Parts: sequence; structure tokens; C-alpha cells
Amino acid sequence: MQFSKRTNLIAFVALGIALAVIPNFLTNNYQISIMILIALYTILTVGLSLLMGYAGQISLGQAVFYGMGGYITAWITVKMGLPPLVGMLVAAIITGAFAYVVGIPMLRLRGNYLAMATLGLNVIFELVVLQETAWTGGPDGFQGIPKFSLGDLVFKTDREVYVLVWIIALIVIVLSLNIVNSRVGRALRAVHASEIAAEMNGVDTAHYKVAVLVLSAVYASIAGSLYAFWNGIISPSVYHLTFSIELVVMVAIGGLASVWGAIFGAAGVTLLAEFLRNVLPQLLRGASGEQEIIAFGVILILVMIFLPEGLTTGSLIRIRKWRADRASAK
Amino acid sequence: MLQVRDISTYYGQICALDTVNLRVRPGEIVALIGANGAGKTTLLNTISGILPARHGEIIFEGKTLTRLGAETVVQFGVSHIPERRQVFGTLSVLDNLLLGAYHRRDKLVRDDIAEVFELFPILNKRQNQQAGTLSGGEQQMLAIARGMMSRPKLLMLDEPSVGLAPLIVREIMRIVADLRTRGTTILLVEQNAKAALGVADRGYVLENGRIVLEGTAQELMADEGVQKAYLGKGERLQLSRCRADTNLVCLENDGINSCVVCPHKDSK
Ligand SMILES: Nc1ncnc2c1ncn2[C@@H]1O[C@H](COP(=O)(O)OP(=O)(O)OP(=O)(O)O)[C@@H](O)[C@H]1O
Ligand SMILES: [Mg+2]
Repeated sequence: MQFSKRTNLIAFVALGIALAVIPNFLTNNYQISIMILIALYTILTVGLSLLMGYAGQISLGQAVFYGMGGYITAWITVKMGLPPLVGMLVAAIITGAFAYVVGIPMLRLRGNYLAMATLGLNVIFELVVLQETAWTGGPDGFQGIPKFSLGDLVFKTDREVYVLVWIIALIVIVLSLNIVNSRVGRALRAVHASEIAAEMNGVDTAHYKVAVLVLSAVYASIAGSLYAFWNGIISPSVYHLTFSIELVVMVAIGGLASVWGAIFGAAGVTLLAEFLRNVLPQLLRGASGEQEIIAFGVILILVMIFLPEGLTTGSLIRIRKWRADRASAK
Repeated sequence: MLQVRDISTYYGQICALDTVNLRVRPGEIVALIGANGAGKTTLLNTISGILPARHGEIIFEGKTLTRLGAETVVQFGVSHIPERRQVFGTLSVLDNLLLGAYHRRDKLVRDDIAEVFELFPILNKRQNQQAGTLSGGEQQMLAIARGMMSRPKLLMLDEPSVGLAPLIVREIMRIVADLRTRGTTILLVEQNAKAALGVADRGYVLENGRIVLEGTAQELMADEGVQKAYLGKGERLQLSRCRADTNLVCLENDGINSCVVCPHKDSK
């Protein structure tokens, strides 16, 4: 969904103010860590929403790019002793290049091959991370990752990390909004509207699809690096296929091709997951928190039936239609 | 300007074009007529690089286009306005026009938009409207305007008159003639042979993937076979079969398309 520049600016400022105020209301580290997770997932879903909404491709392997960001960062900072910023940048470059190679078949094939390819990739990645103990630490995880720092400025406490991750998330949001509203974005929207007609007008559609995949992978890698710095240890369970699927659910619920939708999707699903994890075992005896995935399935189905454009875009369309109907009824 | 030499195009095993030869000279309007399924769209898609040719060669201004992709062919100055318009429905009219100029890097795009608005005042009024909400006639104008934005030397139109009222068809043909006087060469695909031959200098008749006839517009209009098959002179009014793609039945011998929505799915 397209918003005017003014709407985007207002929404962005509102988000910035809200994020500046929120920490005052957070009383414990658990709440702050949820907000940090939402920032990381926002970075992940904004990229995935561009990929799904504009390139029309689903990636079931964002967890791989997230994981590559984490492990490469860990390797560079711990084993090579280089500064965190270098680790994050190098990880982003390597992950982006890897996504480019994965995306090359998209230059030739049409259709939703990417979903299958990335699904396989995710399974392979989990195996490699578990087996290659010398490189990854195996099931025990990779330990001793330093906190993020710039010179003397170290982001140590959760409140400091909160500032760091949200600043980067806001940069990602601004960058993505600008891409959508640029010449490139216009071309992407054209590809979305009619691929053939876009090609007839000189848009190299395959090139754009791969470019969006690479962008989403770079975002994921950055989020992965930030997670590694924050947590200090990374282990294979985080990069499971279900996490990739959860990200797709967040985007689908928030609304495709919408930066704002992605943010709502990330926040909504994260909060809901935490809520279910705490409440479900109390409601249903014997239900473990992990059964939240079933609740997600149900919610996703309901959203797809009643608001197929996603919560944000879908309800905006409904509201506009309702207003128009009411205006014409008068 | 454009030479199509011995082109054959296949869909899998099915031969849709069989050694087709066609020429367009600079400044001409050339009509390509033929019934449903003759291969007209296939030919345009082959020229503009959407479909690969299995045999033959396509030369444009001395350069070969044969194995180039659609996004490259447009940069050589060949603009293809596709069947059923294919405007970008979710984008504004203005964004559609800007996309027409996508590969251009010069500073004159804004001037060209002003010029296109002069040619199509209705688009000026609706520049911020979503293209998908325009009427059929307006969408066709937008499709032509978008095609013009790439500053083509050769403009290929695929059935611009389909589904439009006679008055609008006349308007579109007037615009086509007007574009030629402004220096654009035109290859016009039509089932509406009367309208097409009315503005064209020369024409080709395509049947079952083969060129069966070519000549000046006058020659074709005078040809008995063409009259019988496409102009419908001396025959009773007859309804065409329902077209699956547009869901319209048309008076075949009207010459000008007068079409109505099919009453039933299975109507003949
Ligand atoms: N994608 C495709 N796969 C297989 N066969 C196709 C395909 N597209 C077209 N054809 C076949 O090729 C033949 C030529 O089709 P084409 O679309 O070029 O006809 P046309 O002359 O443009 O007809 P119309 O006036 O109805 O648009 C038809 O028999 C059609 O069924
Ligand atoms: Mg056709």
C-alpha cells in the first residue's frame, strides 16, 4: 500500500517519539528484552515484506541469513579479534553475496521456486551448524561474543542495546521507505502490477527480484549480528526453520508490500507469542508454551480469510471503503 | 527499418509462426490483420523479445534484435503496447507514464509528459488516479501514452480497438495517424480490419501462423478474400463466437467493432 510522503513522515516521527518514551514505562529487563526482539524482528520483516510484496517471492530461509550474520560476526570478533563494527559489516557483505548466488536461478526461472530452495537451505544450515563443531561450537553454541562498541562507546546494558537496535531499525525503515518511493520502487511496484508490461518498458525484472532478495538478506544479517552482540552466545536452536516460518507469518499478518505492516506484524506476533507462552500453560493444563505455533496457525488462517491483504493494509482498505459507502449513501 | 526474416516461433511443440517475413519502412503505418489465434500477438511478442524465435532473424535499423530480452529491445527504440492494455493498475497515471520512460536518463522526461498530456487531455485530468480505475478507453490512451514515453522510433500496437465503442476506435485511429505525422513509425495489429486499413499504408494478412497476403491498404481492401473474411461485405450480419479473453461477442461484418458482453458462458 502506498502512502504519501507526508503520511510516512508523520508515522515515522510518531514511532520515534513512542520509542523514546517507552523505556520510561518498562520496569524490568524482561520487558526491555521483548522490545529489543521486536526491533530485530522489524529489521527482518521489513526486508522480507519487500521481497514478498514486490518481488512476489517467499523466502523460507531468512533464519539462515540471520544465522550467517550471527556466526560470521562471532567468528570475526572472537577468533580474529577484530572490532564489532567490522564483524557486522563483513557479515553483511558475505551474507549479501551468498543471497545473490542463491538468487541467480531466479534470473531464469519464473514461479515460486525460491520458497523451495530456501526451505532446503534452512535445513542444510541447521545441520551444518550442528555438525561443524570446530567452526560453530555445535549444539553448545558459539560463546564469548563481545558487546557492540564504537570506539569507547560500549552498548552493554539492555537499555543501551535498546537504543542501538532501535536506531538501526529506524535507519532500515527510512531506507526502505525511500527505496519504495524512488525510481527503483516505482519499478518494483510495476513488476508487482504486471511483470510482462514492466519488462516491455525496459525494467529488468529478474535483476530487481535478486536485488530485493540481497537487500532482505543484508537486513537479516545485520539483525543477526545485533542479536549476537546482545546475547553474547548464539546456538543452533535459534535458526530453526520454524523461525523462518514465523517471520513469513509476521509479514503476512502485517500486510505485504508495506513497511508499516511489517512493523506491526513483528510487534503483534512477538507480543502475542509472549502472551501465549505465559498464559497458555495456565489455561490448558499440560499445554507447553511451545504449542503457541498452533495458535499462530489459527490466527494466520483467520487473517487470510477475513483480511487477505493483512491487518494494516486490509483494515485501511475496509475503512476507506466504508467511508466511501457512507459518503455515497448520503 | 524493421525486417522480420523467416521467423518461426513455437510454444513447445506447437508451431505458432511459420517462416514469417515482414518489413516496416521508416514513416510507414503497417497493419497486420488476422483472425483469433492467427499468431498476431505471438509475432509482436517475438519482435519485442518476450518470446524467443526458434528460427529466423529480426533486424531493426541494421542491428539484430533476435536474441535480446524485452527490457533491452525497448532501449533500441521499439515500443510494444500489449494486448489488453496491461497498464499498471495499482500505480497512478503519472507513475505509469514515468515507467514508460524508465530506461531514459535524459532531462526531457517532464517535457514529454507535458506533451503527452496535450495529446491526451483526459490523462492530465486523471494523473493522480489509480490506472486500474480508468475506463477501458482511457486505459488504452494511457497504454499508448506510456508507450510514447520511451521515445520510440517504432511503435507496435496490439489490438488497441478491442472492446471500445466506434467513436473511441475512431479517436484511437486518429491518434495513430497523428503519431505518424510526428515521426513515429507504426506497426498496427488489428482484427478490426476496416479501421486498421483505413489508416495504414500497407498491410499483411496472417492466417494460421503464415503470411498469406500483403499489399497496399487499397489492394487489401479491394481483395475479395479479405473482404469476405475481414470486412464482411455482402454477407448477412453475423455474430462472432464469444471471445474467452474479453468475454465479448462482436458483429463480425460491422467492420468497426461493436461488441457486447456475452449473454451466457456457452453462447455461440
Ligand atoms: N502461451 C501459449 N502457450 C501455448 N499456445 C499459445 C500460447 N499463446 C498463444 N498460443 C497459441 O498460439 C496461437 C496464436 O496465438 P496469438 O495469441 O498469437 O493469436 P492472435 O492472432 O493474437 O489472436 P487474437 O486476435 O485472439 O489475440 C493460438 O493458437 C494460441 O492458442
Ligand atoms: Mg492477440
